[in-house]
Amino acid sequence: MLDKPIEKMAQATPATLAKQVKGLSDKTIAWIFVGPTILLLLAVNIFPLIWTINLSFTNFRANRPNKEVDYVGLRNYERILNDSDIWLNMQATAHFLIWTIVLQVIIGFALAWLINKKFKGNDLWTTIIVLPMMLSPAVVGNFWTFLYQPQIGLFNYVIAFFTGADPSTFEMLGSVNLAPWAIVIVDTWMWTPFVMLICLAGLRSIPDYIYEAAEIDRASSWRQFWTITLPMVLPFLMLAVLFRGIENFKMFDLVVQLTGGGPGSITELASINLKREAFEKWRTGYSSAFAIILFVTVFGLASIYVKALNKVKER
Amino acid sequence: MSYSITDASKRQKSIAGFLVITYAVITLIPLVWVFLTGFKSPADSISYPPKVFFSPTMEGYVNLFTTRTRVTPEQLAALPEPEGYAESIVRNRNMVIAGPSKFVERFTNSVIIGFGSTFLSIFLGTLAAYGFSRFKVPLKDDLLFFILSTRMMPPIAVAIPIFLMYRKLGLSDTHLGMILLYTAVNISLAVWLLKGFIDEIPLEYEEAALIDGYTRFQAFYKVVLPQAATGIASTAIFCLIFAWNEYAFAVLLTSGTAQTAPPFIPNIIGVGGLDWPAVAAGVTIFVLPVMIFTIMLRKHLLRGITFGAVRK
Repeated sequence: MLDKPIEKMAQATPATLAKQVKGLSDKTIAWIFVGPTILLLLAVNIFPLIWTINLSFTNFRANRPNKEVDYVGLRNYERILNDSDIWLNMQATAHFLIWTIVLQVIIGFALAWLINKKFKGNDLWTTIIVLPMMLSPAVVGNFWTFLYQPQIGLFNYVIAFFTGADPSTFEMLGSVNLAPWAIVIVDTWMWTPFVMLICLAGLRSIPDYIYEAAEIDRASSWRQFWTITLPMVLPFLMLAVLFRGIENFKMFDLVVQLTGGGPGSITELASINLKREAFEKWRTGYSSAFAIILFVTVFGLASIYVKALNKVKER
Repeated sequence: MSYSITDASKRQKSIAGFLVITYAVITLIPLVWVFLTGFKSPADSISYPPKVFFSPTMEGYVNLFTTRTRVTPEQLAALPEPEGYAESIVRNRNMVIAGPSKFVERFTNSVIIGFGSTFLSIFLGTLAAYGFSRFKVPLKDDLLFFILSTRMMPPIAVAIPIFLMYRKLGLSDTHLGMILLYTAVNISLAVWLLKGFIDEIPLEYEEAALIDGYTRFQAFYKVVLPQAATGIASTAIFCLIFAWNEYAFAVLLTSGTAQTAPPFIPNIIGVGGLDWPAVAAGVTIFVLPVMIFTIMLRKHLLRGITFGAVRK
C-alpha cells in the first residue's frame, strides 16, 4: 500500500462520486454503518415483540388463521396468573435456576482458584474442561438420556457401583424425585466451565502487588482469601450468575431433550410449557401473554440485579 | 523465571493440578463414552454391565448414513455378493441398503445456515461496531442496551410471531429464513464483542489515513479491518458455534428442507427403539468439529468468552 504514494494520491483526487461520498456528513456515515443492524433487529426482534404484545390481548389461534379474532382484553393474563399449573412451572424453573447457579458458582469458582495456582499445563486442562459448554445443548441432552438409562446407562452403573444399589432400581429421568436433579446435574456438567472462565478472568485481574503487600503485612492466606480474593472476584462472579440466570430462565433445548418436561410435569420449565401452549395446543393469544410475562420477569429481575451489581462494583 | 512471594508453592501447585485434572477427566467421560458407543454393535451398546472393551464395528455409522429394508432369508440368498463393507454389515442383519439417510442433508443444512448466518452477522456486526465505536450515534447507550436486551427474550417467545411472520412471507422452512433469524440472534453478541476489539485500535491510524486522502470507507476497510482481523475471527467462531448448536428455532420453524442436524439426531430410530450406536455416531460427527475448533483456537476463544461477558 505504502509503496505506491502516487496511486494513493490519485485515489484521493476528488472524482465526482468520491466527492459525494466524502461530502457525506459523519452522521450519515454513522447511520450507514449502524443502520442495517438496527433494521434487522427491528424486523426480527422488535416487530415480533410488538406483535406478541398485540396477540396477547386476543384469542387468536395460529392453526385457525381464518377464524375471526376477538380482543379479550386482559383475560389471558388473568387466566395465566390464576393458573396453578403455571405456578408449578415457575417452581420447577426456580428449583432448576437456584441449584444450577449454586453448584456452578461453587465448583466453577473452586476450579478457577485452583487453575490460577498456575500449575504446569493448566491451559490445556482448562480447554478440556471448557469442551462441554461448546456443544449443542439439545445434542448433550440427547446423549445424557443414554447415560441415564436405568439398566444400561453408564451414569446409573457408576452410581450403583459406588453405592451398592441395584442400577435398575432408580430412574434418573423417570422418577419424580430424581428427575429435577438429573437436569441440574447435566446443566452443571455443561455450564460450570463458563462460570469458571469468568472467575478466572476475575482472579487474573487482581494485581500481584496487592498480595505482595498483604504478604509483607503477614496476613494469613485465609485472611488474604476473604479480604482480597473474594471481594475482588465478586463482581465477576455476579456477572457470571447474571448470564447463567438469564440463560437458565429461558432454558428449553437441554431439558426438553432430557425429560420433555416429565415425568408428569415435574421438570416442565416455563419455556417447555410455553412451547406446548403455543405449538401443540396452538393457544397463540394465551401463550403470547405467557411469553410477555416471562420476558417482563427476566427483564425486571435482570435490571434489579444489574443495579445491585453496579453497587458492588463501586465499592 | 524470577521467584515471587505470591507464587503458589510446589506442593500447592501439584495438589491444584491433581484436582483440576481429576475434574477434567470426569468431565470427559460422558464424551468419551458417546464416542466409543458409536463403534459398538447395538447389542454391545445396551449390554449390562456397560462394556468398556468390545470389538469395534462401523455399524452405527452405516446405519446413520443409510436407510435399510428388511428382506427374507430367501431373498437375501438370491442377491449377488455384497459390494463393499457397508453392504456386508447390513446383510448380516438380514437387511439391504435402500438408500441414503437424511443425515447428510441435515448436516449440509447445518453447514449452509451456520456459515451463512455467521457471514451476515460478522458483516453487519463489524459495520455497526465500527459505527458505535467511532461516531457519535444519537442515543448510543440506549441503542447498545437495546441490542443486548434482545438476548433476554426466551426463544419460544420470539418464535410465535416469527412463525406467523415467516408463514406470511413464505420464509418458513427455508435457508434464508433461518439465516436471517440466526443473524438477528447473533448480532447482539457480535456487535458487543467487535466494538470491544475496534475500541482497542488507536484512532491515530485512521486519522493518518484520512490525512493521506483516504475516504472514511477506505480507512475502514484498509486500516481498521486488517487490525481487527483476529477479533473478527474469534467473534465469527462464536457466531458459528451458536448457529451450529441451535435447537429451539430449528425444531419450531423448520420441518424438512431447511432442518439442521440437532433436531434430527435424537430421532434416529432403529429396529425396536432408538438405535444408540447410530445416534452416538451422529453426535460424534456433529460435535467433533466444534471440539477440534475449540482446542485449536483455544487462546482466542477463551479470551472471547470472558471478554464478551466481562465487557457487558
